[in-house]
Parts: sequence; C-alpha cells; structure tokens
Amino acid sequence: MQPSRKIAERAGEAAGLYVHVPFCKTKCPYCDFYSVTDLAMMEGWLSALLKEMDQYRDAFGTFDTLYIGGGTPTVLNNTILISLFQELHRQFSFTNNTEITVEANPDDITPEKLALLKSLGVNRLSIGVQSFNDEELVLLKRRHSLKGTEEALRWVNEAGFTNFGIDLIYGPPGQTVEGWIATLQKALTFHPTHMSCYQLTIEKTTPFGKMLEEGNLQGCTEKQGRNFFLTTSKFLGENGFVHYEISNFAKGNEFRSRHNCKYWRHIPYLGLGPGAHSFQGGIRWWNCKSVKDYCDKLKKGSRPIFGSEALSAEQLRLEKLFLGLRTCDGVALDVAFPEFPHNELLHNIKKTRLVSVRDNRLIPTKKGFLMADRLPLLFP
Amino acid sequence: MKQIRNFSIIAHIDHGKSTLADRLIQFAHLVDDRQFRDQILDTMDIERERGITIKSQSVNLPYTSRSGEEFELNLIDTPGHVDFSYEVSRALASCEGVLLLIDASQGVEAQTLANLYAAMEHDLVIIPVINKIDLPSANIDGVKEEIENELGLDPESSLLCSAKEGRGVEEILEAIVERIPPPKGDPEKPLAALIFDAQYDSFRGTIVSCRVFDGIVKPGDIIHPMSMGTTYKVEEVGIFRLKLEPAKELTAGMVGYIIAGIKTVSDTRIGDTITLEANPSPEPLPGFKEVKPVVFSSIYPIASDDYQSLAEALEKYKLNDAALIYQKDSSAALGQGFRCGFLGLLHLEIVQERLEREFDQSLILTVPSVQYRFGLTDGTTITVDNPAHYPDPTHIKQTEEPYIRASILVPERYVGVVMKLCMDRRGVNQRMNYPTPGRVEITFDMPLAEVVFDFYDKLKSITQGYGSFDYEIIDYRESSLVKLDILVNGEKVDALSIIVHRDRARERAVMVCDRLRDEIPRQQFKIAIQGAIGGKIIARSTISPFRKDVTAKCYGGDISRKRKLLEKQKKGKRRMSVVGNVEIPQSAFLAALKTDNE
Repeated sequence: MQPSRKIAERAGEAAGLYVHVPFCKTKCPYCDFYSVTDLAMMEGWLSALLKEMDQYRDAFGTFDTLYIGGGTPTVLNNTILISLFQELHRQFSFTNNTEITVEANPDDITPEKLALLKSLGVNRLSIGVQSFNDEELVLLKRRHSLKGTEEALRWVNEAGFTNFGIDLIYGPPGQTVEGWIATLQKALTFHPTHMSCYQLTIEKTTPFGKMLEEGNLQGCTEKQGRNFFLTTSKFLGENGFVHYEISNFAKGNEFRSRHNCKYWRHIPYLGLGPGAHSFQGGIRWWNCKSVKDYCDKLKKGSRPIFGSEALSAEQLRLEKLFLGLRTCDGVALDVAFPEFPHNELLHNIKKTRLVSVRDNRLIPTKKGFLMADRLPLLFP
Repeated sequence: MKQIRNFSIIAHIDHGKSTLADRLIQFAHLVDDRQFRDQILDTMDIERERGITIKSQSVNLPYTSRSGEEFELNLIDTPGHVDFSYEVSRALASCEGVLLLIDASQGVEAQTLANLYAAMEHDLVIIPVINKIDLPSANIDGVKEEIENELGLDPESSLLCSAKEGRGVEEILEAIVERIPPPKGDPEKPLAALIFDAQYDSFRGTIVSCRVFDGIVKPGDIIHPMSMGTTYKVEEVGIFRLKLEPAKELTAGMVGYIIAGIKTVSDTRIGDTITLEANPSPEPLPGFKEVKPVVFSSIYPIASDDYQSLAEALEKYKLNDAALIYQKDSSAALGQGFRCGFLGLLHLEIVQERLEREFDQSLILTVPSVQYRFGLTDGTTITVDNPAHYPDPTHIKQTEEPYIRASILVPERYVGVVMKLCMDRRGVNQRMNYPTPGRVEITFDMPLAEVVFDFYDKLKSITQGYGSFDYEIIDYRESSLVKLDILVNGEKVDALSIIVHRDRARERAVMVCDRLRDEIPRQQFKIAIQGAIGGKIIARSTISPFRKDVTAKCYGGDISRKRKLLEKQKKGKRRMSVVGNVEIPQSAFLAALKTDNE
C-alpha cells in the first residue's frame, strides 16, 4: 500500500458537496440506505432541495467535489437533472477542477443519458454493477441483467467517460472465489479507474436481514469473507489498483474518490437532501430521513435538520484514528498516541502486525484492514 | 408486678413462623390494624423476600388470660437458618419454653428436629403447634403421628392453628401462660444479663437485646460485658414493643434492651454476660463461645475504581453484623478487594445481597472456600482459606478438610437420588433411620466444601422440595487436596484458583474453562484457556481468533454511529481485566465463579 503525500492532511482544503437523491425504481433487499420508490415525490423533493441550498449559500465557500448519490440519481428525469445542476451552480461556487460524480444504475444508462450528464459537467461515474453474474443479479434483485450491464458499460466507454468506478458485491450465497475473480476480470475489461468491492453485509433492518433471521439466507463465514477480501486486494493490486480504503481501489492515486476521501479526513462537507450528513468546524449534523418530513419542513421555511453533535477533541481524535486506520494513509503517530511516551504501546501494537510505521504515521497492514473495526481499540 | 413468660417460636423454614408471630402481635394490639404489615418482625427486604428471619427480633406482648390474670409475654424471634445456629441457641437460652411449629401438610422436617434437639438441650417446655390446618392438604393425624414417633412428644399436647386465618391463636396464648413456667432469678443477686442480639442504630449506637437472669440494670449503671475488658454507662433500658419503649429498669426474668454508648455491634458478643462493674456476677452465664467463620470468599468491586466505596460500605455494614470478618486482599486480575469470613453460605449471600442493595455495590465474589489444614514437612500445621496462600506442594505432608454431619429428612421415594447426591459429594458413613413409615432420616458425614457448593439447591431440586437438611460441623479429616489454577494464554488468573479435592478438580476445571470460553470475547489471536494442577494441564478450551472484523462501508452517514460504538467498546474495555494479553470482562469472572453446576 502506497500512502500518497498529496493527500496528507492540508489545512484549508476545499469542502465537498453531496446531494442525496432518495429515489429508487425498486428496492434492493440488502440495501439500508434511505430511499423511496414513489417517484411522484421527485418534484416536491427538488423544490425542497432548492430551498435547502438557499439556506447554505456561502456557508462552505468554494467546493471542489460534487457527488450526486442515492438512492439512484439516474432515475431523475432529464428536466429535473438539468434544473438540479443549474441551481447547484447558481447557488454555490466550485473550483475549475471540481470532481463531479454521479451514481448510476446500469439499467438507467443510455447514450442519451450519458450525453446529458456529460453536458452537465459530470466527469466521474460510479456505476452500481454489483455483479457480472445473472444468477447473482437476480438474487440481489437488481433491475439489470449481465447483457444490459455490458451494454451500458460499453456506452460509458463510448461516451468518453474515462474516469468511472464500478461497484461490486462479493459474498452473496453461492458465490465461489473463482466466480468472484471472473467478475473482477470482466469488470476490468471496461477499464474502470476505480473499483468499490463490498462484502455483502446483511443488515438487520433489510429484507435480507429478515431472511437471515428466518434461516432462509446464509451470509458468508468470516473465513470466506477474509479469503474474498485478500483475493480481491491481491488481484486488483496485480492489475495496477491501489487498495486505498477497506472497500475502495483506485488505478493510481489520482483516481481515488476525492469526495469520499473528505469524509475520512475530516474535510468539511455539506450534505443536501433527506438523511444527508454534513460536517464543518467540528460539528456534524444530519437531515431527517423521511422525504415527506424533509419537504414539509422546507416548505414551512424551517431547516430539515434532525440531529447534530459537536465533537469534543477526544471524539475528533477517535474518529481520525478509526477513519485513518481504514485507509492506506493511516494515521499520524501523534493522533494515535497523544501522550508521550508511547514506545512500549507502539511496540506492542506493532507486534500484532496490524500496523506498520512509516514517516511518523501508522499504516494499517492488510491484516489491519481485516481487523479495522477493533484496531482502534488497541490505542489509548 | 405482672407475670412474665419468655418464649420462642421454632420451626422449619416456611412452616409459618413469621405469620404466627404476626397474629400474636395483632392479638396484643401493639399496632392498629391499619399500620400492620405482614411479617412485621422481618424488617429487612431480604427477610421478607426470602421468607427467612435473619436477625432476631423480640417483642413484648401484654396479655390478659381467660382467668383474668395479666401477663407480659416476651416473644424472642430466632433466625431460621443453620448458619445462625449459635444465635438461635442464645435466643433459646433466654427462654423457658418454645412453640414448636409444624406445617400440617409438610410434617416434621430436618430443621424441626434440629430445633427440637436445641430446645431440649436448654430444658425448655415444648408446645407443639400444628399450623396451616386450613390447607386442603393438611394431614393433622399424620402430623400427630410424626410428633409422637419422630419427636417423641405427646401428640395430645399439640395445638391446632391456622396463623393465616387467625384460628387457634388464643389457645396458643393460653398454653403459653399455663404450660411455660415463669422465669426464675433473683433481683437481689449481682446482675447477669445474657446478650442474645445486638443491632446498630446510627443515632443511638448499639442496641443490645438481653435477658436478665439475676439482678437489676437501670440507667446510670456502669456495665461490663464479661468477655471483654470494656465498661459502659447505661443511657437507657426498656422493652420491645415493636419500637423501643423505655423502662425504669430491667429486673431478673425480663427481656429488653440496653443502650449504653456502645459504638458498634462488634463491641459486643452474642452469648456474652453483662454485669455491673461495681457488683459483678461471680461467673458468666454458661454457653458463651466466639462464633468463627467457616466459609471464606474474596469480594471485589466490579469496577476496580469502586474499591474505596466498597471499603466504606463494608465498614458501615459491619456495624450491624459482628459475625462478618474481613481483611484487605488483592488480586492481579481483579484488583483490590477484601477477604471475608462468613458463618455459612447463606450468611455470605446475605452479606453480598445487602451490600449490593443497601449500599449500591456491584460485586464479584470468588468461589467460597472452607478452611483447610496442611501438615508441613517441617512439622508445623497451617490453616488456609485462601488459595493464594496454598503452601508449596513439595512441603505438604498431609492435607485435611472440615467435615460435617448432614441430616436429611425425605419421603422414602427420594432415598435413591439423595444417596447418590451425597455419595457424589463424597459422603461417607451413612446411616438411615425410619422414624415413621414412608419417611427416612439419612445421616451422612460429608466434607463441608461439598455443601458450600450448591448442595442445598441440588437437594431441593432432586427431591422436588420435599428434602430438608441440617448440619453440624464435626471434625477435620485427611483428604487429598490440590490447588487448581486457571490459565489464560499461559497466564494464571489468580482470582479463579481454588483448593479442591483431587477427584473434583477435572470436572471443575472443565466447567470453568467452558464458561470462560463462552464469556471472553474473541480477539485477533487465539486464546487458550487451561485448567492446571501444578504444571499438569487437566482441562482446556480454545477461543478462535477473529478472521475478519471490518465493516464494508463507512461514508458520511456512518461515521457518528461507528464512533459511538467504539466509545461504548472503549468504555467496556476499561472495565475489563487484562491477563497477559487477553482482556477478560467481568461477566466472565461472574460466570466462572457462579457456584451452580448447570
């Protein structure tokens, strides 16, 4: 893992802007992100969103990333997409080199849609492929088939999107390591600059969670999960990808998701839309999740904020620690050990082989990535 | 002067002692009915919940007999458990008679017998009372037969009553004044008053309960407890009328209290004789002995920073429990704590429960131990109640443990299971006695250590509640003892070491290893849990390491949630003990130290 000097923390890095599109044509049984399938609420959502933009105007200065996520942003019709981008540009200022990402469902991708996105300035796509196997796609209740996916990705290539990521899920029931490698190989034939590979996580509140509880679904074992994880890291590494975060790989550091990196490095970000989180000046706040409440509140002219927290220095440190340890940049030694001397502690932690030390930073090893949820507990 | 009668009610647990006491008190109109509550003498929550009396309470009941004579009846309530048999014996020594209460459906049980023997030792008049005659399952004739055959008493002398319904209460009171003799004693002789209880009051100091045998005591007297070198000036004397009712004096024959600026209950000894400094009694009343603890355990606060608070709680608790002894103890795994000595397992449970409830402590207790004797190669003998002080095995010539004589009374159909239980617990020398058809009294000599370990619960469960049990400590016998250590990744967990009979060691080790395996959270490395005697491993279990422990997604909306989880885990970690490189949560100690065998 190569830590990049470029992304070492710098003061005054521009903020990121996130827009949550809480709509999906169908709900995927594993997903616990907030979205609704009532697409008729789209108009109301947009006008509420415009009001929310108004509330923040200059609060975050100039942005250098814009991320339209969801939900499924590509279910937005062209008119709405156009007004959304117009308004974003009218209300906020962006640097010239702003990374503008849109999450896309292969089923929604058409040459026309791609042309529109391009014309709106979108320069990065994050494509929710999830699998290159028809059986798995059915199990995951995805709208797209293998054939449709391949076609969509060809269109992406043809439309001249050179910077795009493919999202995949490993560990659905029945998947073998061989099958997973075949999926990865297939993905690479479309020349993505970014790969997100998530282990299928079965959340209690989802339909999969219910199936698991009833015994109708089996998640993969820890041992299998470990095997998938290490195989993925090795395979993508051999194919020129940097494993820069637990589930994220970039074909060279310049293709990391600049927007997502802000979350992991406490760079300010503004989240607009139902359920979106924002962070600035040590304070984090988040909107109500319900589209209806969100719209109602903004209609009345009030803020749609549901909760907030002001982080203490110790909480900020703990977040820096665990977020840093999820990335190949790790965490500065003085964040990990705020009090000197730490030699003995450091020695003991190094003995676990979960981290190594480079340039006064603690860098997680692959084994450290695998234990990232408990790794922070080893520190004071 | 009114005539006095001093009596106790003795009964097997649950035979209705507290209810009968309630009725006697109501009959005497000491409280009006609105203020009355059940089990009025059992003032502690634990007593009410468990249905047992822990502290003796006395009450003075005015009574006018059918013939019109006026009496003062002193009811001296006694603790209802074998752990407190010495207190019981001192209460009995203060009486001239007892009501021997027997449940009409349960009949004579082990403690009925034990109580009867105790009353006979004190030459008391015994009035058998068959209680709960209102129950559909009451078998009055059967119980009368048992009274004749098992107790050797005249069944015709027995009274019938339903304390619950208040039936037969007056007949009992009449029998008390007719059959129990008035106390003897000479007010002209030097003061001799027997202490049968002492209670601490935060305003007044120790309130000593006593029976005056000879002489008179009054405020202003300088008294002297004869087993100690101390003297106190009497501030107040009086009688118990549910509250303290001051009196001018206490004279020979009376039961009452003395308040004399005595700081703690430990400054008095139950069974001691109080006399006057100026005109002392030539000798103390008979039967005084110092009670010695027989069960030992170390108490630790669950959070080690609560040590100071535990120290203060123990100090306060001790004000009212002279039987508890304690001293500082420390464990590498559990930190600072106290080694405590108890009268028995029930006493231990009561202390633990009261510290937890009344003093708001969260505690871990190590496995209760008895006092073992070790004959060493240098010719000396040492007693050890704490595994930490187990002698170097190469220096041990001989090991001994205390034995009890257990007496168990069961319906015949349970003889098989009870015999098996007793033999599993290394019982020897059994004798059987068939006092009445269908019932068997089984006597076994057993190591005390085996009884300390959930014996009573087991007995109750295998006999579906019909088995009753009583015991006395008899002697020390030679025994093959070892020290069992529990190791986590090769490091000894000192708080889990126990001294145990060699034949028991493996079973115990397997149980502890399995319980720890279930309670210690997995870590990123393998954890081996072993039971060992010296260098020899006799049990082992393993906790497999985490293979993977990482959440796939962590974006804007996940960060707070994840941090909160970490904060919680970090907090939990601070409450864990670290042995070697393994973190052991307190729940694992609690599980491993549980005495039941399930």
